[in-house]
Amino acid sequence: MDGIHDLGGVQGFGSVAHTANSLSYKPVFHEDWEHLGYSLLFLGAGELGLFNVDELRHAIERMEPRQYLTSSYYDRIVVGTASLFVEKGALQQQRLEQLAGGRYPLALPLGPGREAQPPREPFKVGDEVRVRDEFVSGHIRMPGYVRGKRGVVLHRTTHAWPFPDAVGHGQPSPNEPTYHVLFTTRELWGDAADDGTVVVDLFGGYLLQA
Amino acid sequence: MNKHNSAVAASAADRAFALKQALEEQGLLPESYVEQFTEVMENDFDPANGARVVARAWVDPAYRELLLRDGTAACAQFGYTGVQGEYIVALENTPTLQNVIVCTLCSCTAWPVLGLPPDWYKSFEYRARVVRESRSVLREMGLDLLHEVAIRVWDTSAETRYMVLPFRPEGTEGWSEEQLARLVTKDVLIGIARPEVGVLADHGKGGQ
Repeated sequence: MDGIHDLGGVQGFGSVAHTANSLSYKPVFHEDWEHLGYSLLFLGAGELGLFNVDELRHAIERMEPRQYLTSSYYDRIVVGTASLFVEKGALQQQRLEQLAGGRYPLALPLGPGREAQPPREPFKVGDEVRVRDEFVSGHIRMPGYVRGKRGVVLHRTTHAWPFPDAVGHGQPSPNEPTYHVLFTTRELWGDAADDGTVVVDLFGGYLLQA
Repeated sequence: MNKHNSAVAASAADRAFALKQALEEQGLLPESYVEQFTEVMENDFDPANGARVVARAWVDPAYRELLLRDGTAACAQFGYTGVQGEYIVALENTPTLQNVIVCTLCSCTAWPVLGLPPDWYKSFEYRARVVRESRSVLREMGLDLLHEVAIRVWDTSAETRYMVLPFRPEGTEGWSEEQLARLVTKDVLIGIARPEVGVLADHGKGGQ
């Protein structure tokens, strides 16, 4: 989904509000409601098995872009989690609004997902690969900045997981390994970047032999 | 005008508590589930865990080899696996390579080893910029690397969860694992800082 969440490489943002080693990391949560985001997410995803974490990621991506950009991080988790409980029929938006005492905007509707499309042969470490030049309207774990770009495989995982483009839509999927693919910033952004490299963890279904 | 749209939006806090209350009403929220999960997030997920892994790797070559070959197994020896830490890969820094971790699409982090991600890591600024302008972003945050040091940014875009294995600073010969672990801050594990003698992690203070 070419949404506002796909921020890698977007220009115009200012400094990161942090100086290295300047923070104490306790308390972990800064407001009394923030712990509810993750805990209610894992209630739905783990304890109740109503949805999975890929669906949660996609629910957040489906937030209206202005709402996404103006919400805090944990608020987005709450919105995504609430959206899934409503979409799965466990809760009603109207009741959430009554309890909250105001409007309770949720994620915009879910589109179609797609089936896994693993490579015929697994890629090997050292293989040159090209990220498929394709556009996907639903959930996908390919940041837009690598679309169509060439890289080198550094690692194939020894575990396998379901294809996000399917499970992110609540559809079943076989498990696949992923590949750590190394790109140069020159390949990704030409001269308009600092010299360096970026490694992206990509499902085989996103890749072709270069 | 749609009545629904003219209503005032509830605050983030009110919406979060409303979600909890609605789940309770439906009988979907087991007693003390939230309290127990919050306890894990606040106390079990801790950068002090990653620091202990690094310190062990610095003093024990066999453990270091295991950590770099199978990070999950190495972290499991300490019990540091679980939610968002099921496939862990350690990234080895050298004097001429600095590894840096990000999740441009959301906030993915190795929770059991690094702790929950801090606000700055989840910021739009870090997510947008560090893949493209790593050297500038690191410099702005206080890590001004020599030109000879290459920067490799790892975008956490699937199920691998990363931790940086920094190189051991000079002047730490003969230190105990406990002393060494105090040099490894959360920012060192993310890769935006390097361990320095004299800069101690906050997990080493005040009995936390």
